[in-house]
Amino acid sequence: MNVRVPERLARAAVAETARAAAARVTDPEIPALTIEDLGILREVEVDDAGRVTVTILPTYSGCPAMGVIALGIETELAEAGFDDVRVRLTNAPAWTTDLMSGEAREKLRAYGISPPGRRAGKRALFAPSADVACPRCGSSDTERVSEFGSTACKALWRCRACREPFEHFKCV
Amino acid sequence: MAAGIVAGRRGRASCAPRRRDAAAPTGLPDKVGAHVSATTQAFSDHRAAWLARLGDATLVLGHRMSEWLSRAPTLEEDIAMANLSLDLIGQTRAFYARACELEGGERNETTLAYRRAEPDYRNPLLVEQPNGNFADTTARHLIFSAHAAPLYERLAGSNDPETAGIAARSSREIAYHLRHSGEWMIRLGDGTVESHDKAQTALDELWPYVPELFEADDLDRRVAASGFGVDPSTLRDGFDAAIDDILARATLKKPALHFGQCGGKSGVHSEHLGHILAQLQFLQRAYPEARW
Repeated sequence: MNVRVPERLARAAVAETARAAAARVTDPEIPALTIEDLGILREVEVDDAGRVTVTILPTYSGCPAMGVIALGIETELAEAGFDDVRVRLTNAPAWTTDLMSGEAREKLRAYGISPPGRRAGKRALFAPSADVACPRCGSSDTERVSEFGSTACKALWRCRACREPFEHFKCV
Repeated sequence: MAAGIVAGRRGRASCAPRRRDAAAPTGLPDKVGAHVSATTQAFSDHRAAWLARLGDATLVLGHRMSEWLSRAPTLEEDIAMANLSLDLIGQTRAFYARACELEGGERNETTLAYRRAEPDYRNPLLVEQPNGNFADTTARHLIFSAHAAPLYERLAGSNDPETAGIAARSSREIAYHLRHSGEWMIRLGDGTVESHDKAQTALDELWPYVPELFEADDLDRRVAASGFGVDPSTLRDGFDAAIDDILARATLKKPALHFGQCGGKSGVHSEHLGHILAQLQFLQRAYPEARW
């Protein structure tokens, strides 16, 4: 009995190390954010044989970053000393921008991307979108240029106050 | 073209399957995989067969949308079409991957996309229709997304959590598709005389493909009864509400139609699908197992 306790403690520490390594992986499209910030990292488990299973939640259906993220997880964990790593995708429950923390939203804004609104929900088909503040000057006198941008998660906007174009992370 | 068109009932249009020859199915299949091609076998799991059907629709439409890349009217629209296409291909991968998991066999999303022949594809005829002009593509996308929006929304309540998650995510994406194609339809319809005429013609020409989207077969009824899937015949009201609102703003007339074209869901396609597959599957057929 008294042998098992430290063993269990050691295993918890190992799992924590593995999780910390996976949490260092950043999004290849938005390097300012880690997969933990984005709510992509769901679970990191280590079994008796030392095999690590990392469960990630895909963001947008067509997001090509998922493959790169899976590779990044394997690389980070290998550097932390874990060679037997499996990355598993899950779809349940569906990812939403609500999973992004306040800290993550601030990082996004500082990086120059206007963060998604709070509480993703349904809006009427042609209802105006909620106010989007310019990430550079903070003005809310902004307008949408295109609902689609450089990646599936972003829309193109323009600030009428400072005249700068910027990207807005869609609220889904 | 005359084959397959039938006089419908009063009110909502019904559709009859296209017939090419005596061997082709004469009605919607009674059981999963009633129509088996030489290249593959039918699905052993009815849920997998149904999910693969959703994937076939998004794959074919996603491929069609991708044909616009570098040819769209403006740069912003080119980017928009690339994104719409990417969403659809991504949804396809999720539907196919889950179908293969449920089936539990050797097949994977790659074999479903690249190693099946025309009759194995069960997409509705609408999505394989050519891009035509920008109004044709917009009308096709509007019809598809106004049908997919209530479908995905309902499927988010599936008794399979993975399928429910895929549907919930896809439902948020398709809302953008509906808004985008709806905004364009309004702009074209309420635009110049020429854009109005092209938009109306596009709607009139594509309308025969609408009834198939809402025609339920045994497989639809079976997955709906078990709580896994959705019976498409229950989605028509949601579709009509969205379409009526958009067409009214666009000053366009909803085509009055009492017949429809169908057959895609039972594997009998228009000539266009073969051409799409020839392009889509060439590389994997010429170099099996090729990887990036």
